Amino acid sequence: MRAELTVLEAGTLTTVQDEGRVGFAHLGVPRAGALDAPAAALANRLVGNGPGAALLEVTLGGLQARLSVGRWVAVTGAPVPVLVDDRAVGHDRAEWVPAGATVRLGTPRAGVRSYVAVSGGIAVDPVLGSRSTDTLAGVGPPVVAAGQVLPVGAPGDAPRPHDTPRPRPTGPLRVTPGPRADWFDGDVVTALCRTTYTVSADSNRIGLRLDGLPLTRLRTDELPSEGMVLGAVQVPPSGTPVVFLADHPPTGGYPVVAVVDADDLWQCAQLRPGDAVTFTPGRPPGAPRGPRR
Amino acid sequence: MLIPPGAPHPFPAVDQTGPVRTRPVGPRALLAEVADAGTALALAEWARGVGVAAGEIVPGAATVLFDEVAEPESLREALAGWTPAVAPAQRGVAEIAVRYDGPDLAFVAEVWGTDVAGVVERHSAVEYVAAFCGFAPGFAYLQGLAGELAVPRLDSPRPRVPAGAVALAGAWCGIYPTASPGGWRILGSTDAVLWDQARDEPALLPPGTRVRFVPA
Repeated sequence: MRAELTVLEAGTLTTVQDEGRVGFAHLGVPRAGALDAPAAALANRLVGNGPGAALLEVTLGGLQARLSVGRWVAVTGAPVPVLVDDRAVGHDRAEWVPAGATVRLGTPRAGVRSYVAVSGGIAVDPVLGSRSTDTLAGVGPPVVAAGQVLPVGAPGDAPRPHDTPRPRPTGPLRVTPGPRADWFDGDVVTALCRTTYTVSADSNRIGLRLDGLPLTRLRTDELPSEGMVLGAVQVPPSGTPVVFLADHPPTGGYPVVAVVDADDLWQCAQLRPGDAVTFTPGRPPGAPRGPRR
Repeated sequence: MLIPPGAPHPFPAVDQTGPVRTRPVGPRALLAEVADAGTALALAEWARGVGVAAGEIVPGAATVLFDEVAEPESLREALAGWTPAVAPAQRGVAEIAVRYDGPDLAFVAEVWGTDVAGVVERHSAVEYVAAFCGFAPGFAYLQGLAGELAVPRLDSPRPRVPAGAVALAGAWCGIYPTASPGGWRILGSTDAVLWDQARDEPALLPPGTRVRFVPA
């Protein structure tokens, strides 16, 4: 029996993701990869996959899929009711799903993106070293659609169904200065950190778009195209910031005033339209990475 | 098609005096500011050549982004002393066959003070260099046109520019790898495949590639 996952319903947006493709930005290729990286890593760990295995990123639930073979499955990220056939199973833990059984995700109670890992991983062909779908430029496998049959790899390590996930602290997004803070009036990082923004409905995998008090630009000329990083807080002419997420364009022409700490980016993956967002000054350059104090 | 490197070519002017200025981009990245796109390309090629430890080295119009840098402070010091003394490695010339049948030929002719034949002649007389990529995978910003031949973008972008459109914006030339919205002035079209993710080198025109347009 060939190991595969047949997608019955794909929900609003389901994509295959892994750790993304690094090293191709100079060719115009976005990095892609799971938006909530710690949740994706947990899901893989729970089912015994390596950290680079591909899984499904499910936006606002709604996925239904049937496995042709028995596999461990774990659902992490946005907490969502999960049924295996008609049996309710837990979040953040590995569940054995027998051959022919259907996994159904309801609607998340909070957050946006849930991760569904299957032992063996989703084994679509990698593109430029990654199985991630990039929604900006279309690199990688297509967006998951109902009727699609996804190959599943051979399981490797034994699953770790008793991994105890640590609670993830939420809070203001920590920022360090970006390269173009001097395009703005006064201390723009302080202004950014004093403002409460709300998440705009047109946020997506490319960027977390924010509504709120606009930042005042001193210069209105066009910035010659320059490289952009994950977490860049870019300010378009409207003055309201956009936090660049995994599918961001590799180069851009709007000034970047700050950069969100990599350890806080997962929060951007789970914020819903209308949620409040604040920023706070983060660790200085050179300080070691570590858990939030 | 790619032709092996041969005769020296008019590499874009490298006009860098004084140390390279770097700006912090969060804790793990640096943006190096240089004089122009030619210098940015030279710096990026140098950094790849010497194996600078960075996850991404991304040339731009007048910058090079170094992302996922293990030791930003030592990279900053290394960059401060860099000068574009050594000519960057030369890549082959890509010859692109163009049908000059684009909707903006007459507009460009007017801006350039010539006729359509004059546009074709001037556009195909230049050797370009892919300075950097952006906008879409495989979309190279081609440098080579003289500054006085700069043309303005469309006031409102076309909703769909076909793949293979050869177009101008400012003094840049570019070829659309896939159909997309776009505001560049379209001179013509090519059947060249700019981006094929199944190829070993998916981009036809990675930064540093020299480019010639041949009227089809």
